[in-house]
Amino acid sequence: MTPNLNLWLIPVLPLAGAAINGFFGKRASRTAVSTVGLLFSGAAFAWALAVAFRLSSVSLPHQEFFLNNEHLAHWIRAGSFTVDFAFYLDQLSLVMLLVVTGVGFLIHIYSVGYMWEDPSYYRFFSYLNLFMFFMLTLVLANNYLLMFIGWEGVGLASYLLIGFWFTKDSAASAGKKAFIVNRIGDFGFLIGLFLMIQHFGSLNFTQVFDSVRPISAEVSGAGLLTTIGILLMVGACGKSAQIPLYVWLPDAMEGPTPVSALIHAATMVTAGVYMVSRSHVIFERAPAALTVVAVIGTLTALFAATIGITQTDIKKVLAYSTVSQLGYMFMACGVGAFSAGIFHLMTHAFFKGLLFLGAGSVIHAVGGEQDMRKMGGLRSYIPWTTLTMGVATLAIAGIPPFAGFWSKDEILWKAYQANWIYWLIGLVTAFITSFYMFRLLFMTFAGEYRGTQVDEHGHASHGHDEHGQGEPHESPMVMLVPLMILAVLSFFGGFVGWHNGFEHFLAPVFASGEVVEAGGEVASRGTELLLMGVSVLVAVLGFVVAYVLYVSKPYLPQKIADWFGNFYDAVRNKYYVDELYAAILVKPLVDSSTRVLWQGVDRKVIDDSINDAADGARHVSDKVRHMQSGNLRSYAGWIAVAAAVVIAYMIWQAEAR
Amino acid sequence: MVPLSYYLVLSGILFACGVTGFLIKRNIITIFMSIELMLNGVNLSFVAFAAHWHSLAGQVFVFFVMVVAAAESAVGLAIIIAVYRARETLNVDQINLLKL
Repeated sequence: MTPNLNLWLIPVLPLAGAAINGFFGKRASRTAVSTVGLLFSGAAFAWALAVAFRLSSVSLPHQEFFLNNEHLAHWIRAGSFTVDFAFYLDQLSLVMLLVVTGVGFLIHIYSVGYMWEDPSYYRFFSYLNLFMFFMLTLVLANNYLLMFIGWEGVGLASYLLIGFWFTKDSAASAGKKAFIVNRIGDFGFLIGLFLMIQHFGSLNFTQVFDSVRPISAEVSGAGLLTTIGILLMVGACGKSAQIPLYVWLPDAMEGPTPVSALIHAATMVTAGVYMVSRSHVIFERAPAALTVVAVIGTLTALFAATIGITQTDIKKVLAYSTVSQLGYMFMACGVGAFSAGIFHLMTHAFFKGLLFLGAGSVIHAVGGEQDMRKMGGLRSYIPWTTLTMGVATLAIAGIPPFAGFWSKDEILWKAYQANWIYWLIGLVTAFITSFYMFRLLFMTFAGEYRGTQVDEHGHASHGHDEHGQGEPHESPMVMLVPLMILAVLSFFGGFVGWHNGFEHFLAPVFASGEVVEAGGEVASRGTELLLMGVSVLVAVLGFVVAYVLYVSKPYLPQKIADWFGNFYDAVRNKYYVDELYAAILVKPLVDSSTRVLWQGVDRKVIDDSINDAADGARHVSDKVRHMQSGNLRSYAGWIAVAAAVVIAYMIWQAEAR
Repeated sequence: MVPLSYYLVLSGILFACGVTGFLIKRNIITIFMSIELMLNGVNLSFVAFAAHWHSLAGQVFVFFVMVVAAAESAVGLAIIIAVYRARETLNVDQINLLKL
């Protein structure tokens, strides 16, 4: 007997908040809007906590107790195929639930301070709550279709929030780019779902996985499960910004910084990882699909990290870092270590959310400036931000005992067991990560302040015009408290992985998760410790290199950049991937649409046929009009002539007979 | 006994005269008389057929037509007088207020 947890409350509460703020927020005061926004997202968090406590109070051996299927209403019923509005809770969705509501709530609090002066304050909170609703639907859904609704919904919320300052051209087009690139991924996801309907007759997680379990692994060649797996991965690539669909995420930084923290770092972009982990039953039986996941993840991790080194925009660095860390998560999933991937997802939500919020605080402090070259020396102006950012940087760099160390080490260890190449690339990426994060830290907080301190009101693009002057100043308490809480989580969050505790917690979900890595257990405990030492070493190495380059010998980076010459330029320009896509995909598409579809089909065929029909009707009626002269005797004449013709015809007929 | 075709030809000639008059004349009274001519042309064919087929139906029909024609001329002439008083003309081409 499972208790009724009223899971539906968790997504519906933020929806109510979104509706109230969206409909009535325009006339309400800022205080009222923030109260509603915080109340409903906070209530969702509280309820999620309550659910978690009720579940954890149950003694662990009764794992079935964790499974909670909550059925709300029928949605689609076509023959034997049914889809319901139903929620599903297990350890995996519980982790996601707490991360989304918890980090989400903190970011809501932070936004109160960050967005306070924005004229569209109510709109921001309405969107933010709407995002929470869709994200929680995604996480709690018990079937793929409901998950897809959430999946699309977070895409919508992401679009709305990236283009939040839609009067700015770059923000509007960044929103469109995100939406369209995601659409490509969603296409793959949808095809995967269609295949499931066709072959399993259901989209319900339990039913699909029950039909998949008896199928043996497709070791040689690609079969149905491999196809479905790869299609799902295409969807995940779009949402979670993996090669080749990662291009939207850096542009998405046009949105307000809390949005970058919530949607484009902590929660939405991890939806792909969640989806792949949720579908682990399918992936485990499709080694080829898993390899695809692992290779994409590994390459993305390295690729994005190298771009991160060269960026000077503080948010862009973090964006590429997010892409890179997501690559880690996919690498973990790809080697079958789903729980390690989810573990990293969780810690990443803490420290990357913190980094973005910290970056927001920095931007707030220096009046909307995002270029790190114009920062520096902020340590003395904004000590709390510096401290919390420092914690987050240590966490992401993988310095023990911060959270990132535990999860990243777990992934690297699992990757090593699967294939040492993954491990090697992961290790190199870890070094680069450590380097560019400390580079960010040093460029922002160390040295002398390089920004202009004169009165400068030119930051209209940002919501903080009034702050664009004078000395950098610390953010208000309402922004600092979330930073501190996240800093604590970034510090201690990793300890849930102590003695594989996190893995054991998720074990019931990934019960059959040992299929792929079964052969890897030959590696000993000693090897694990050695690898741990190596990864700590590279993290420290990254710190040292960054320290040398950006603190003790600040003239060196330019020299190195010159030494690399064109290659540096290429990396700096993101390997020209955007330009490449523009040349081979966007431009032909736009050109052919313009020439063929617009000028050819729309103008020549559709417009012209309608215009010609109208012209023809006018010409014909111009002629016919003259028959109706209004002259009565001409009508009589027509009648007489017609009668004569009829009579002549009848006579002719009679004659012929 | 005069053959049927003679009557019919005469009837046709009368009707054609009426149509022609209706079409080409401008004086409204002439037009009115042309209409009467057409009616009587038709009446002639009715009675001719009635005599030929020894059926009273045609003759009864002719009576109806004559009654309707009488009523029509009464109303029509009244309208013509009214029009003449109003417009001081009987030329149909000038009585065209309803024309666009």
